[in-house]
Amino acid sequence: MIGVLFDGLAYGSLLFLVSLGLSVQMGLMKFVNLAHGAFAMAGGYACVLAMSRLGMPFLATLPLAFAASAAAGAVLERLLYRRLYGASALDQVLFSIGLAFMSVAAATYFFGAAQQPLRLPDFLRGQVRLGGTDFGIYRLFLLAVVAALTLGLAAVVGRTRFGAQVRAAVDDARTARGLGIDVDRVFLLAFALGSGLAGLGGALGIEVLGLDPSFPLKYMVYFLLVVVVGGAGTLAGPLAAAMILGVCDVAGKYYLPQAGAFAIYAAMVLLLLAFPAGLLGRRA
Amino acid sequence: MTPEPILPSARWRPAEAAIWIVPVACFFLFPGYRVLGSQVFITALFALSLDLVLGYAGILTLGHAAFFGLGAYSAGLLAAHGWGEPISGLAAGALVAACAGFAVSFLVVRAEDLTRLMVTLGIGLLLYEAANRAAAVTGGVDGLSGVAVGKVLGIFAFDLAGTTAYAYTLAVLFAVFVAARRLVASPFGLSLRAIRENRARMPAIGAPVGRRLVAAFTVGAAIAGAAGALLAQTTQFVGLDALGFNRSAEILVMLVLGGAGRLYGALVGTAVFMLAQDRLAGLDPVYWQFWLGLLLVAFVFLAHGGILGAVDALARRAASRRRGGTRP
Repeated sequence: MIGVLFDGLAYGSLLFLVSLGLSVQMGLMKFVNLAHGAFAMAGGYACVLAMSRLGMPFLATLPLAFAASAAAGAVLERLLYRRLYGASALDQVLFSIGLAFMSVAAATYFFGAAQQPLRLPDFLRGQVRLGGTDFGIYRLFLLAVVAALTLGLAAVVGRTRFGAQVRAAVDDARTARGLGIDVDRVFLLAFALGSGLAGLGGALGIEVLGLDPSFPLKYMVYFLLVVVVGGAGTLAGPLAAAMILGVCDVAGKYYLPQAGAFAIYAAMVLLLLAFPAGLLGRRA
Repeated sequence: MTPEPILPSARWRPAEAAIWIVPVACFFLFPGYRVLGSQVFITALFALSLDLVLGYAGILTLGHAAFFGLGAYSAGLLAAHGWGEPISGLAAGALVAACAGFAVSFLVVRAEDLTRLMVTLGIGLLLYEAANRAAAVTGGVDGLSGVAVGKVLGIFAFDLAGTTAYAYTLAVLFAVFVAARRLVASPFGLSLRAIRENRARMPAIGAPVGRRLVAAFTVGAAIAGAAGALLAQTTQFVGLDALGFNRSAEILVMLVLGGAGRLYGALVGTAVFMLAQDRLAGLDPVYWQFWLGLLLVAFVFLAHGGILGAVDALARRAASRRRGGTRP
């Protein structure tokens, strides 16, 4: 019971890490980005490649995964995404599905369709026994990393000048622009940061979520779900939603394996109808 | 002086007749492609249903394959359990999908764009999982086989060359198209377009927005169900992919490729897409997915109204040049 809860929380923290960028995009730029999983996948492949080709240790590849995805995000934001802020939801959906398809095809072309293997360093493997329950060391590590990142981000958003600019732009981009805030720059930085965090999540998640070219489409629904249920543009909403989703999904697979993903989708439709603006969402 | 008519003219133009002569001519010119042709007509019917929902009523949906799959499984299960008469099977598929569409529409109409997207996506995934788990009924991943379909009108049996399938699907497509054409040229169709353009103002002139959208969504679901039923009958098989997300996404691509909100866009887009796919899929499905993605991105940035939108723009430019170079 505690084991299931723990696994669910570790899974949820990964979902949160990846979805955070999407929450920023949907809250700040009002952009429905169905290709967000592609940035997570890019981080995952960066990690695997750095380990196998360059012989880097696992922990050292994590900043690399962040940097690779952040750079990809920044370039794409500048070249493509930026033109579609304020476009219709249909255009955004078509564009981002197209991008997701291209990323899937490109990953298959370069890396093959198989699952990528990952060999964790020895000190992250195995179990520890605390109070009569076994906890996976890697999952403890995951929770610790995500907790630290969340606290760091909360500090950045809540206490720095950049955080204040982001919050102002989420509240009302036009007024923020009128006050002299360089909203385009805020968008670019926020997009790159979100993509980088997704890449980090993708690298950390290889052990839990797996990594193959279908990743962006397979988990797209989960990431969207976290943001839409949690409410876009906040930190606490997606966090709560990701944890609930993670625990429900793991518990569902453990206790009701025959129901499969059914319970998650049903819960999603009901939650969306009950809370159209998200659990902790900003009421428009 | 008579006032300018508000409703679009419902009279058939010569260009439209020309479009419909093409499939009839292809029947005789390319007898080897009749099976592919029937698949194109089925998909075009599906795209047409999405055009009513998305192009006219402006309801963004990522789960339209749910209704396609419901129609396919309804007709397929009927035929697999001994009711092989095609026309009634087709009606049953459409009816089941319409009922489901009616029920779902209340959830969809209430929500805004993003929530709509997620709700339709969720319902599509829900049905997919349900069909996957209920393997005893649907055959699960292996698909529903043993679909035995009788003769159309008691005369024309389905053959391997696809002759009956071609004529049958084309006839259904044409009949539904004529009905859809009347529908969008009616005051009802006009009100749908007005809702799409400005939803907030429509209640002010007394239009029941919710009821109109429910009706449009239900009709769209019924047509999608008919398309699914046609697929089950002509291929005598229903696979799980009839309900899949990829089908929902692909049909959206085809519609946008042809041009949404103009009926013929659904037909042209589907034909171009499927013929290109038939040519290019021989290379590699992975490449195909890449080009598909590139096409989508390019269309969003470059050719907004799809193929027919581009044709329209060219025609307008030519007309304005004839009038003396002033743009309208």
